[in-house]
Amino acid sequence: MAVVTEQPNIDLREPKGWRRNLNRIMTWLMVLSFILVIIPLVFVLVTVVIKGAPVISWTWLTTGPIPPNVAPADVGGIGPAVLGTILITFWATLMAVPLGILGAIYLNEYSGGRGLLGGLISFFSDVMTGVPSIVMGLFIFSIWVLHFGFSGFAGSLALGCLMLPIVIRSTYEMLRLVPNSLREGSYALGATKARVTVTVVLPAALGGIVSGALLAIARAAGETAPLLFTILVVTTANPNVFSGPNTSLPSQIFTNASSAFTGAQARGWGAALTLIVICFVLMIAARIVTARFTRFQQH
Amino acid sequence: MSTVTEAGPADVAGSARALSERRPLGDRTFQILALASGLLVLVILVLIAFSTTQQASSWFTSQGWKIFTYNWNPTAGDYGALAFIYGTAVTGIIAIVMSVPVSIGIALLLTEVVPYRAARPIVYVIDLLAVVPSVVWGLWGILIFAPWLNHIYADIGSAVKGIPVLGNLFGPPTSGASFFTCGVILAFMITPIVTSLSREVMATVPAIDKEGAYALGATRWEMIRGAVWPHSQGGVVGAVLLGLGRAMGETIAAALVIGSSAVITSHLFAPGYNMPAVIANQFGEASGVFRAALIGIGVLLFAITIIINVIAHTIVERSARRARGA
Repeated sequence: MAVVTEQPNIDLREPKGWRRNLNRIMTWLMVLSFILVIIPLVFVLVTVVIKGAPVISWTWLTTGPIPPNVAPADVGGIGPAVLGTILITFWATLMAVPLGILGAIYLNEYSGGRGLLGGLISFFSDVMTGVPSIVMGLFIFSIWVLHFGFSGFAGSLALGCLMLPIVIRSTYEMLRLVPNSLREGSYALGATKARVTVTVVLPAALGGIVSGALLAIARAAGETAPLLFTILVVTTANPNVFSGPNTSLPSQIFTNASSAFTGAQARGWGAALTLIVICFVLMIAARIVTARFTRFQQH
Repeated sequence: MSTVTEAGPADVAGSARALSERRPLGDRTFQILALASGLLVLVILVLIAFSTTQQASSWFTSQGWKIFTYNWNPTAGDYGALAFIYGTAVTGIIAIVMSVPVSIGIALLLTEVVPYRAARPIVYVIDLLAVVPSVVWGLWGILIFAPWLNHIYADIGSAVKGIPVLGNLFGPPTSGASFFTCGVILAFMITPIVTSLSREVMATVPAIDKEGAYALGATRWEMIRGAVWPHSQGGVVGAVLLGLGRAMGETIAAALVIGSSAVITSHLFAPGYNMPAVIANQFGEASGVFRAALIGIGVLLFAITIIINVIAHTIVERSARRARGA
């Protein structure tokens, strides 16, 4: 009556010996690689905050002109560089974001990323994200600065070229997540393709598009190389982006970094902290937008 | 609202052709705008190649094959770019060698070891690393990191002095601003992109492969070797190449920490130069053939990075397609 089934003797514990040891070593190496990355990040951030924070004040950020390198740290301000960064990045955004979104609309809504032209544009917008930023600077120098002279707008053009493929890629990924049923529903109501795209598809993907654009702006705001030969560096504020040399926070840091004067270096650290805060705020804003508005992403 | 009234019952009776013929002007304009924006990418790439090559033509014509010689002396009219090409290769290789194992380690940690909830903060930290601007790395690199590294370089240098191969690579002369410092900074900068691309590839490994490996009694590491690695190898190679492309084109950090000395030397702790750095540092005072030479170095850099990127994206796309098909 009592049927005793004999349990087979299987050892379900972790295998012993070198196999277990190797597994543990490898897991610890993975953790170690993450620690190796945190160290320089923390090191950089702490240094920038410690050295930059004493210099920064509201008047320092808003007044100019930028004093010469020999001046001590408590003289003048970097207002012109803050103004330049805001203006140049604003114009770059104004050009690159709408064009990038339209390009992504072509890729996803019209070509579907397939076909000869769609495939080419999709492939080369990927490749274009890898074009070195200094080459963008040389490009705008060759086609714009040689004819129209140095200006903040030339810098905006260079930054715009840098942002365009990033905006296209991020928008394209977001448009792909919009469910087809939304498009089909609107077509069934008789809407044209343009109307479906603008009033249904884009709003559905808005969160992702905005966050992608913010990340592209953060990337552009921190770039120096495309600005070196397009805006030059000046010490006084130039609110007119369309004519005359301009300046920006990254350019200012670059000139100050190679200076031996402690005043100039202190201004460099202050500008670096300002720039990092701007980039981080943009990135955090992008995260918040993604978290609040993304509706169709499945994790 | 007007479009809705247009598509009244009368149109429903029409054929598909009739419908497409009734596309309003705005609709067609929008399509053309979208197409033009898409084409802009191709136009810009062609324009970059064309306009920069044109500006650099006097370098190519006046120097001929001498552009690939090792003699850079603008005051004497010698514009050989070999030292910069060498520096770009050396710093790129140092960056890749240091960054790839770490990036793959983090990618494996994120996809195979930690749970999803713990993975997100790690991803945020890696993203922070990507947001730190190039010029801030450069500022920190030259004012803080390089002087600190120079002590280590000096110790290593005196330790390996006279030893055949090591002495030639790591021996004196040493300097804080050097090939190696530049390579390390570039490694910090490309780690986020290599990590995130590798992670994307590893996330496509089918769960059934991993479960199969575990069912056969594999440890986690054996599962990674047997199931994850064969599946993601191709994609990781593509990610590494993309990282290499980034490292070669990174300008401002390199311009500040590489040491600005146009020499070809086996000493990794000695000051050197690379292609983007020389453009950034010398363009300001250049004119005539000198400026053409610097733009020409930009053309070479553009060509190299385009080739690397095309190869990398082809590899990534192929491995992604195979992952979908599997």
